[in-house]
Amino acid sequence: MDNQQDYVLRTVEERSVRLIRLWFTDVLGKLKSVAISPVELDAAFEEGVQFDGSAIDGFSRVQESDVLALPDPNSFQLMPGRDDEITARVFCDIANLDGSPFEGDPRQVLRRNLAAASDAGFQFMCAPEVEFFYLASADPAVTPQPLDDASYFDHTTLDENSDLRRSTIRRLEATGIPVEYAFHEDAPSQHEIDLRYTDALAMSDNIMTLRTIVREVAMETGVHATFMPKPMEGVQGSGMHTHLSLWSADQNAFYDPDAEDGLSGTARAFVAGVLTHAGEFTAVTNQLVNSYKRLVAGYEAPVNIAWAHNDRTALVRIPVPKRNKESQGTRIEYRALDSACNPYLAYSVILAAGLKGIRDGYELGPESLGRLGDESERTSTDDKLLPANLSVALDRMEDSELVREALGEHIFEWFLRNKRAEWGDYRTHVSSFELRRYLSSW
Amino acid sequence: MQPMLIWPDPAPHDLVRVLDVAGIAWQAISDEAGARSGLFSGAVVSADEDPEAGFAMARLLRRGDLNVAPLLLLVRGSQLAELEGRHDAFDDFCVVPAHPSELEARIKHLLASESGLDLPPEVVQYESLELNLETYQASIEAKPLDLTYMEYELLKFLASNPGRVFTREILLSRVWGYEYYGGARTVDVHIRRLRAKLGEEQAGLIQTVRSVGYKFGESRWGA
Repeated sequence: MDNQQDYVLRTVEERSVRLIRLWFTDVLGKLKSVAISPVELDAAFEEGVQFDGSAIDGFSRVQESDVLALPDPNSFQLMPGRDDEITARVFCDIANLDGSPFEGDPRQVLRRNLAAASDAGFQFMCAPEVEFFYLASADPAVTPQPLDDASYFDHTTLDENSDLRRSTIRRLEATGIPVEYAFHEDAPSQHEIDLRYTDALAMSDNIMTLRTIVREVAMETGVHATFMPKPMEGVQGSGMHTHLSLWSADQNAFYDPDAEDGLSGTARAFVAGVLTHAGEFTAVTNQLVNSYKRLVAGYEAPVNIAWAHNDRTALVRIPVPKRNKESQGTRIEYRALDSACNPYLAYSVILAAGLKGIRDGYELGPESLGRLGDESERTSTDDKLLPANLSVALDRMEDSELVREALGEHIFEWFLRNKRAEWGDYRTHVSSFELRRYLSSW
Repeated sequence: MQPMLIWPDPAPHDLVRVLDVAGIAWQAISDEAGARSGLFSGAVVSADEDPEAGFAMARLLRRGDLNVAPLLLLVRGSQLAELEGRHDAFDDFCVVPAHPSELEARIKHLLASESGLDLPPEVVQYESLELNLETYQASIEAKPLDLTYMEYELLKFLASNPGRVFTREILLSRVWGYEYYGGARTVDVHIRRLRAKLGEEQAGLIQTVRSVGYKFGESRWGA
């Protein structure tokens, strides 16, 4: 038994943990959980926990439906603030019965892509800005009801909103998820929590945990928190801009003190890779029909596949690092991601595209100047624009060798099939827009 | 009496001669499986040839589930600085090449002291912070801290060496060990997580020393 397992088992005993939740994520990015009793934990570490995966999205296979959940002791964490009963969670990797990584497990997909980065000498760091809305109700039959009319950076005093955010942050920090900033976002009842950077695997675990904690804390006061990309028409949607950097040993591989803007050749090639393949992987970073209602001009969301230092409508922005902290703070920001993506898969495809840019020596084109994103210019075939809807995004993904390789055959095929079905349902749906517009006049 | 565990395998000639002359039974092992293969009265780890592997082996032998004690570490004079921050990995050390009679005396003394010379403390305490090394539990003002394993190891190391400044590289090699290649950013990430868990009031226990590294304890207002 290794030290970490020993530590976990001892902690479970000392703290009288009553229940251990084994967490894993399905292909669509939904958190799944199997609870086991502490006496089972030892065996779970040694042999894994066998379960039938056939009912889990993306886990089903034709022949064999049993898989193993292998707890990752490094991610073992007591969950504070849950009633008086002490519970713990531990993230799992999913394996086939013979112990090989299960190709339908998003966490294993990210591990594989991170291993490729590591082989190239890089560690991949991510810091997301997670946006979400607090709403009065989750009932889809009523129009989403915000809790306030506040706006960007507004200080809302002593209201339900700021209380919610404060207790959420306290719980995140107690769970080992450091929060860099948290504030009221632009839209009514919209909030943003910026997480302090860590490696992509731990960060994906953190994002899954954050979504759970945000929802739980809200639910305790009867409020519904939603990560839906565009819950309300006419106001900003919820993005998950992520700051990205590669580290080589202890050096920031994106920083070059001799470059005029501090951006290294590695960073430029990475950005070129991301921009070249962005259209191909947008279905993964923006996976819902609704995601594309956020990716429209006029709401600070990116539309054009371009990069810039200052333009917040560009897909990739190069933020200015703090003075004298350039060697630490040089990074790029990818702005298309939304809060409903599967972080394991989204970070996998972005990383794969960036690494390809570095490996094949892609040239970064000129920076875009001035505001971009005139919606009238958008056509679905223009490869300078992000896909206009999920259907187009899926078409572009289907032709992409890069995405196929990054996700692996199993998830690639399953994802396309599942999302085509989602689009099919949407295409045949008669919306309130149509009823309002056509019913009486035609 | 159980044999002494000797690392590496084959055992260094000078050491073998001393043990054989003194009539001390020994068994050379090369890896963890070897260390688990039997019971040992103590260990001599010869870190002078390959210090990284030697320190890693000493750490391994001191782990709770193996706990081979007492442990004598053989190092070169030029490696003495490497001992800093590793005192919990050995009970005594000897600079080699050593006079055979010194080596023999040290080994005998070590074996005579039933459980080693410097028993590692069972509790590390700093103000209201307490770490119970036996149970792996950390608490502040008697309130338990829910730490992950690496957070616990990092806090243990820092709290055992209050007031000392450590670079990221030292922390990485002492806490994570040489087998870890995550890079020094990993240290920053864990420090930030520890501060988050210590809470606002106590987060200042771990201080950033600009362009050097980190320091635990002793208020920044003090001397």
